[in-house]
Amino acid sequence: MERKYMESQIKGVSTGTTILAVTFNGGVVIGSDSRASMGGNYVCSKTINKLIQVHDRIFCCIAGSLADAQAVTKMAKFQISLHSIQMDSPPLVKAAASILKELCYNNKEELQAGFITAGWDKKRGPQVYTVALGGMLLSMPFTIGGSGSTYIYGYTDAKYKPDMTKEECLQFATNALALAMGRDNVSGGVAHLVVITEEGVEHVVIPGDKLPKFHDE
Amino acid sequence: MSSIGTGYDLSASTFSPDGRVFQVEYAMKAVENSSTAIGIRCKDGVVFGVEKLVLSKLYEQGSNKRIFNIDRHVGMAVAGLLADARSLSEVAREEASNFRSNYGHNIPLKHLSERVAMYVHAYTLYSAVRPFGCSFILGSYDKDDGPQLYMVDPSGISYGYWGCAIGKAKQAAKTEIEKLQMKDMTCRELVKEVAKIIYIVHDEVKDKAFELELSWVGEVTNGKHELVPKDVREEAEKYAKDSLEEEDDSDEDNM
Repeated sequence: MERKYMESQIKGVSTGTTILAVTFNGGVVIGSDSRASMGGNYVCSKTINKLIQVHDRIFCCIAGSLADAQAVTKMAKFQISLHSIQMDSPPLVKAAASILKELCYNNKEELQAGFITAGWDKKRGPQVYTVALGGMLLSMPFTIGGSGSTYIYGYTDAKYKPDMTKEECLQFATNALALAMGRDNVSGGVAHLVVITEEGVEHVVIPGDKLPKFHDE
Repeated sequence: MSSIGTGYDLSASTFSPDGRVFQVEYAMKAVENSSTAIGIRCKDGVVFGVEKLVLSKLYEQGSNKRIFNIDRHVGMAVAGLLADARSLSEVAREEASNFRSNYGHNIPLKHLSERVAMYVHAYTLYSAVRPFGCSFILGSYDKDDGPQLYMVDPSGISYGYWGCAIGKAKQAAKTEIEKLQMKDMTCRELVKEVAKIIYIVHDEVKDKAFELELSWVGEVTNGKHELVPKDVREEAEKYAKDSLEEEDDSDEDNM
């Protein structure tokens, strides 16, 4: 017990978390829970925002040390903004993800944060990239992350299908988040969802009692 | 158009009373002393042609290339002081490489030409350095943005073009280029026309032997900039020499 207490003092607030991003036909849905915990038994915040907007059509979900994640996304937001102005066009999602990756890789000794970058751009449409702890960058049709994600790998692998409609995708993401939040003690609160399409960005917040319930609830 | 800027031309940090920076103008003269290079953009790619004068029979064939590869998808043809051009090609390569490292994709040509132009411009501001004595043409092909062509001159400005020429016969080359309907041509057709233009503007009297350097980038090469393959080269040179003979028969005035 004491060792765990010491760990949390050193690590600080972390987002034991569930985050995900899923592409559908014409856009991408990004979702997260809203719990920030310290040491595994204290909830620092029940309503924290883990979906950071880094550009008009690009969002980042954060996992890991909250301080590190906020510092990195703040720097990334600046660099993406500058890049977009220099290029005189909205940034590619790949460029935004690469910027995050460079920050994570070059500072891997000090940082403990992982990200999911997702968004829409004119060249390649909806995309999802995962930037892991050490700075690995991978593109995939959908991805899940954070401590809660371990409980839903089976569900997402079984239930994902390419080219879903927006409604199907929202339902898929909501179910996945609800299942993870139901089993992971450091994920919880409300479910935040953001839908990004060519037309714009739409936020959906689902409070804990309105989440889908499964057999034992 | 030669004028002497006595007193105001000693360094690039001095303006003349009529608002000119003579050092930059002298740098452009250095470009005009070099042999011609042209670049033309067509509907599915970009073709470069350089008239490389061979000053001595002892030179190895293919040495002192004047067309460089900047990134997989970008080529650069130069005119002027070759050493300056080589140094700038390294600058361009570093820019393209850093961009790819930071942002994960090919550098758009407009951005690359602006960055290199900014670098060239920096050397026109101080008395401690001299301006670069070379102009260059950058060309690229991208699946989504299509073919692009930009030219940078010693003053540090870059413009986008459908066709441009630099070097001693640039006026004559420009006239020939204007006759072409490049927007409707493919790379294969354009290669022959580029070879023909270089042969036309080459001055047989003043400069003797020359090597024709041809390169292209476009759909035909899958977006990769490379020297034109041997068989296409030979076909293009044959076409150029044949059209020259025809013109000689029918019309004496070539320049």
